[in-house]
Amino acid sequence: MHSISVRDLTLNFGSHAVLKTMNLDVAEGEFIVLLGPSGCGKSTLLNCIAGLLDISDGEIWIKGQNVTWAEPSERGIGMVFQSYALYPQMTVRGNLSFGLKNARMPKAEIESRVARAAKILQIEPLLDRKPGALSGGQRQRVAIGRALVRDVDVFLFDEPLSNLDAKLRAELRVEIKRLHSRLNNTMVYVTHDQIEALTLADRIAVMKGGVIQQLDAPQVIYNRPANLFVAGFIGSPAMNFLPGAVVDGGRSFRLGEHSIALEGYDGRAVDLPRAILGLRPEHIAIATDPRPGTSLPAVVELDEPMGADSLVWLKAAGQQMSVRVPVERRLEPGTPVYLHLDLPKASLFDAATEQRI
Amino acid sequence: MADLTKGPRGAKPRKILSRRNIMLYGILFVISVYYLLPLYVMVVTSLKGMPEIRLGNIFSPPVEITFQPWVKAWAQACTGLNCDGLSRGFWNSVQITVPSVILSIAVAAVNGYALSLWKFRGAETFFAILIVGAFIPYQVMIYPIVIILREIGIYGTLWGLVLVHTIFGMPILTLLFRNYFSSVPEELFKAARVDGAGFWGIFLRIMVPMSLPIFVVALILQVTGIWNDFLFGVIYTRPDTYPMTVQLNNIVNSVQGVKEYNVNMAATLLTGLVPLIIYFISGKLFVRGIAAGAVKG
Amino acid sequence: MSTSPRPYRLLRNLNAKIASVPMILTALVIFVGGTAWTVFYSFTDSKLLPRLRFVGLDQYERLWSTGRWLTSIENLLIYGVLTLIFSLVIGFLLAVLLDQKIRFEDTFRTIFLYPFALSFIVTGLVWQWILNPEFGVQNVVRSLGFTEFVFDPLYDPDIVIYGVLIAGLWQGTGLIMCLMLAGLRGIDEDIWKAARIDGIPTWKTYIFIIIPMMRPVFVTTLVIIMSGIVKVYDLVVAQTGGGPGNASEVPAKYVYDFMFAAQNLGQGFAASTMMLLSVVIIVVPWAYLEFGGKRRG
Repeated sequence: MHSISVRDLTLNFGSHAVLKTMNLDVAEGEFIVLLGPSGCGKSTLLNCIAGLLDISDGEIWIKGQNVTWAEPSERGIGMVFQSYALYPQMTVRGNLSFGLKNARMPKAEIESRVARAAKILQIEPLLDRKPGALSGGQRQRVAIGRALVRDVDVFLFDEPLSNLDAKLRAELRVEIKRLHSRLNNTMVYVTHDQIEALTLADRIAVMKGGVIQQLDAPQVIYNRPANLFVAGFIGSPAMNFLPGAVVDGGRSFRLGEHSIALEGYDGRAVDLPRAILGLRPEHIAIATDPRPGTSLPAVVELDEPMGADSLVWLKAAGQQMSVRVPVERRLEPGTPVYLHLDLPKASLFDAATEQRI
Repeated sequence: MADLTKGPRGAKPRKILSRRNIMLYGILFVISVYYLLPLYVMVVTSLKGMPEIRLGNIFSPPVEITFQPWVKAWAQACTGLNCDGLSRGFWNSVQITVPSVILSIAVAAVNGYALSLWKFRGAETFFAILIVGAFIPYQVMIYPIVIILREIGIYGTLWGLVLVHTIFGMPILTLLFRNYFSSVPEELFKAARVDGAGFWGIFLRIMVPMSLPIFVVALILQVTGIWNDFLFGVIYTRPDTYPMTVQLNNIVNSVQGVKEYNVNMAATLLTGLVPLIIYFISGKLFVRGIAAGAVKG
Repeated sequence: MSTSPRPYRLLRNLNAKIASVPMILTALVIFVGGTAWTVFYSFTDSKLLPRLRFVGLDQYERLWSTGRWLTSIENLLIYGVLTLIFSLVIGFLLAVLLDQKIRFEDTFRTIFLYPFALSFIVTGLVWQWILNPEFGVQNVVRSLGFTEFVFDPLYDPDIVIYGVLIAGLWQGTGLIMCLMLAGLRGIDEDIWKAARIDGIPTWKTYIFIIIPMMRPVFVTTLVIIMSGIVKVYDLVVAQTGGGPGNASEVPAKYVYDFMFAAQNLGQGFAASTMMLLSVVIIVVPWAYLEFGGKRRG
């Protein structure tokens, strides 16, 4: 039994389709991240699962129940929002117990649940304060606590860390991960931050234009992106794209006057007149000598030291490329070098369909 | 509407006694005298006896202060029908204003809440009609309302007038509350729904406690507006239920008897007292209220 | 937790629909229905009671050949144009004065705005007293030695409307000042810094930079003033009662008198329809400028 099952979900705003016949199955205890640029429909999908938006077509099942038309509070979900959405006039305790009071739960039970959640999140000293007197990180803890007290199997997070500064974000990210391994409940987490996605998710659903582009484990998404969009969206700095053609029965890639042997590439061996070769900056090495078949001559344009490593911008075969190298190496602009390509880790896309080959 | 509490933006102030400053404060002082003069004249006239008024000038302070005109205005002044003073109108106005204010604000607050957070198909159309309706001269609608009130059987009663005030207060108040509730973060509303609160639960437990300032603005707007109303009072009530403004006009402009200007001014001041007190204690909130209510014209 | 079926469209969001019933009734029955009813019956010869005997445009022909209506239109035009000019100019100048980083800004604003808290009845009555030739300003000036001095606007049919204007401006300019002040404060302070660095004199900055930037504030204020002008009624009733003779009649009073005193409903309906028409002429271009333009862009 799936914990959450979205079946052929369609959502239209007027004549505009925001979500297009979407299907998504989330296993019990799984941590799914919905990742994509703003306007891709990720928050909309989450709101549909929560029951905060009426869908146009399709069904939503949670824990084996068809909840398509159930009220949000009847779906057995807890939700955490970007702006925390704490009730300003209630104390932390009031915020945590509001939902339970609405469910007419006995007072003793409410108290024990609030106490447990406060203990887990270490917000016990804050229980009698109002949200206005809390810091951003504390507010988000309380917001998580509000989902926690509901004692539900499904947690929905809508960009919960986006309003926090970088340091707090990293802290709470770890905390959410710890919470997941402790409670082991299903989590659906919306973000536009790929670091959050890559660190937290069991599986990532990369979305664009109301459609899931790829749904896979983080390392698969990173190493074997299903299409050009996913390849370009994940990874910073972005993957290098080299337009060319696949020739020789799929054995080599022609890039202008250069020819690169597709040694070790695990895709299908077909010729394609218009193809794109994708290489991440860390899958290229800079050398002074060529390597027959798998290297490209290039000229250094700019060297950006970034602390642990350094990002080198170069021009090769008329394309701008970036390469990540250890920081010890300083390269003067104008230096001619050779790029050694790690082809087993490359990705090849059909330029027409933008799909991986 | 921009916030008046922000600092002034004009040229930088120079020395305190510069020529520019003397000019500036001089002009402001003269204008202030002009604006304050009528209030001053009302006060001094109401404290003089009639012989002094006939002899002296209206700007001079009273030689002999008497509160007799106030007593007479409150308890004995005649409207041609009865001679029990403005007190009757005062209590009528209280009886009209209190339920009208409560009802109009309650209806508009719930309405604005539904319009901002629980949108349904067609809601915006009705709201647009409501806002356009705020510009229609009342004169076009007063007679059909007379017919409706007569059919319901409340024409000429206080409740009829309360209904009229609720109707005509609706556009501006609904706009006020709709805009306010629209500025409440939508996620707060979503969180409350996940927490199992319904339409009324969210309104009463989350939204109302958060929006006390806007309720105060609405309160100020409605109390002064309804207290100052004349047109609806004169059309939809009968002489024994006339509000204070109508009764005041009847007392001062009655053609019978000798004109007692001191009593008239005491009566005028008494009628203006309620909105004036609200004005002076509410301060900046009043400014917010009229900025919001200005559309009412 | 049970599997709930897809609800009927009409029942979805039911509470919000119930909460909107007062708004829907007001919009449809009163604003649309009432207006349509009045316009419809303006083509009948209704007298004491409305009746459906159509007389085409007869009521309008009679209206436009009645001296009293023509006087009231003329008065409205004079009062309207002058109110518009003076409130905008005075309101803006007062706002500029208050925007000079002066001390006691709150005090001055309170003084300029308090008349707005008072009703038109109170305003009319106090100015009736100040302009009273026997005791008021005229008498005071004469007692200073200028025995031939004449200033009795409320008793001179040719200038009575200017007497009403003085009172109307006293009551309303504070509001305009507040709106203008809010507009001035809404302008980015960097504009002032840039103008000062460019060496532009303050008065030039106001005329060529600030006022054009405040266009939306001026447009809104204009609509507020104009819709207030069309409705002017209480002020005239209190200050002059329409007199001397019919010299200070205004359309709103004409409507009231024909509907409720002269028992000539048809005339009242026709006159109120003309008022509606004038508002349409004012509001439609504004609505087009404000909202039509945005939709295109």
